[in-house]
Amino acid sequence: MINADHLSKNYGPVRAVDDISFDIVAGDIVGLLGPNGSGKTTIMRMLTGFFAPTAGTCSVAGVDLVEDSLGARRHIGYLPENIALYPDMNVRGYLTFAARTRDYGGNVKQRVDDVMEECGLAHMARRTIGKMSKGYRQRVGIAQAIVHEPKVLILDEPTVGLDPRQIVEIRSLIGELAGRSTVLLSTHILPEVSATCRRVLILDEGRLVAEDTAEGLTKKTVGKREAVLRLRADAAEAARVLEAVDGVESVELTGTASDGTVSLLVTAAQATDLVPALVREISERGWPLYEATPRVMSLEELFVKILEDGEGR
Amino acid sequence: MKRFAALLRRELRGFFGSPLVYFVAAVFLALSGYYFYTDLNAFITFGFGDSIVEHLWQRLFNDIVRVVLTVIPLVTMRVYAEEKHLGTIELLYTSPLRDGEILAAKYLACMCVFLVLLGSTVLYPAMIYYIQPFDLSQLKAIYLGLFMLVSTMVLIGIFVSSLTRTQLIAAMFTYGVVLLLWNLSWNEAALPTDLLGVISQLCAYDHFEPFARGVVELKHMAYFAALSLLMVFGTLRSMESRQWRGRR
Repeated sequence: MINADHLSKNYGPVRAVDDISFDIVAGDIVGLLGPNGSGKTTIMRMLTGFFAPTAGTCSVAGVDLVEDSLGARRHIGYLPENIALYPDMNVRGYLTFAARTRDYGGNVKQRVDDVMEECGLAHMARRTIGKMSKGYRQRVGIAQAIVHEPKVLILDEPTVGLDPRQIVEIRSLIGELAGRSTVLLSTHILPEVSATCRRVLILDEGRLVAEDTAEGLTKKTVGKREAVLRLRADAAEAARVLEAVDGVESVELTGTASDGTVSLLVTAAQATDLVPALVREISERGWPLYEATPRVMSLEELFVKILEDGEGR
Repeated sequence: MKRFAALLRRELRGFFGSPLVYFVAAVFLALSGYYFYTDLNAFITFGFGDSIVEHLWQRLFNDIVRVVLTVIPLVTMRVYAEEKHLGTIELLYTSPLRDGEILAAKYLACMCVFLVLLGSTVLYPAMIYYIQPFDLSQLKAIYLGLFMLVSTMVLIGIFVSSLTRTQLIAAMFTYGVVLLLWNLSWNEAALPTDLLGVISQLCAYDHFEPFARGVVELKHMAYFAALSLLMVFGTLRSMESRQWRGRR
C-alpha cells in the first residue's frame, strides 16, 4: 500500500534521506522511529507529494508519487508535525473545505458530521479553530486527515505537545483508524511505537537501521534476559544464594529501601526465563518476596543499542 | 470544479473574514471620494473648455490609481506569506491540488477585493451621468486599463508574497516594485535620451495613461499581459522551490 524504493532526498549538499526502501502492506500500522533530524519528516513529505525525491521512487495505493502526484495525493490523509489549521475557520467549515479540496465523492455534509462524531468534535462544530486547545486542534488535524476516507494515513508525530490524557485519547483514535486505513506514523518517543504500531522502521541520520515487528526486534537483539526482584533479606547472602541458581550469570544489588527490602537485578546466561527458579529458591529460604518480574529490555534501550551498533559499523 | 470553488471560498474568507480589508476599503473610499470632490470642484471652477468631462475622468482616475497602488501591497502581502508563516500551505501542497489551481484561487480572491473597491468608484461617474448623460467610451477604456493595471500589480504582489513568510517584508518589497514601475519615467529630464524610449516602455504609467485618455491600444494591453505572465511564471517557480529548498 505504501512503497518506497531506494528513496533519497538531498537538501543542497545535505543528504537528509539516504537510499531507503520499505514496503507497507494494506491495513498495517507502522511506526517510523528515530531521533529528531533522522529524516522522518522528509520521508513523509515525499510520501505525501509535498516534494519529489532526489532519487528513487515511492508510491501510495499503487500510484507513483512522481508520475501522478495528484492521483496519489487523493489516497493520502496527512497530519503534518505541529499541524497548522486556518485559525479563522470553524471546525465544520474547515472539514468541509478539506473534504472538497480532496475530491471527496460522497455526501460531504454527512461525512463531516460522521468524522466530527468519530473524533469527538461534534459539540465543537461551530467553534473557531484558533480558540481551541491544542488537544482539540490535534483532533481536528486527525479529522481533516481522514475526512476524505483515504486509503493511507500519514501522521507526523501525532501526539507531540499533548498532555498524557490527550495522548491516550489520540492513540486510541489512531488504533481505531488502523482497521480501515494503512497507517504510517512517526515518533521519537519509544513507548508510542509499542503502544500503537505493529511494525517499526528505525531511522538514524537518514538511513534505515532496522526494520521489524516490535516483538521481533526485541527477540532478535536481546541475547540475555533479566529479572527484577525485591525481597526482605540480607543483600550479600541473597546475592550469594541466587548466584548459585542454575542459569544465573550475575546478581546485582540495585537498591535498598527504607522498609528493609533490597532490590536485585538477576541476569541469566542465556535467554531463559529465570523467574520461576528464583521464586522457588527464595520461598525455600523463607524470605518475604515483594516483587519478581522478568525484565525485557525496553524498546528505548534497544534503540540506543541499535544506534550504537550502527555507529560501530 | 468543486474543489476549486472550495479553495476560492477559503481565500475569500481569508480576506472578508478579517478586519484588514474593511479598513483598507474605508480608507480607499474616503480618499477616492475626496479626490472626486476636489477634482470636480477644480473643473467646475477652472476647467472650462470643450471636454470638461473627459479631463475630469482622466484627472480623477490618475488620482484614484495612486490610492489603488498604495492599497495593493496590503491586500496581496498575506496571500502566501501568511500561509507559509502559519504552516497551512503544507496541507494545500499535499492535497490533490495543482499549484496553478492554488495560485488561480489566490489571484481571483485578490481581484474580488479590487472588484469591490473599483466597483464602488462607478458611483462618481454615475452621479454625473444622472445629472447630464455623456459618452461612456472613455470610461470603458479607463476601467479596462484599471483592470489590467490592478491585475498586473496584484500578480506582482502575489509573486513577492510567495518569496517570503513575513507579510511586512512582502508588503514593503511590493511597494518598492509597484511604485518604481509606476514612476520609472517620471523625471524625463534626468534620463539620457537614448534610454528614455526603453524606460518609458517599461513604465506602467506610460502604458496606463492612454487608457485614461480613452485610448485602447493593443501594445499597452500587451505590456500588462506580458508582465502578468512573467509574474505567474515566477510564482509557480517559487511554489516549486519547496522541491529543492525542502521547506514550505
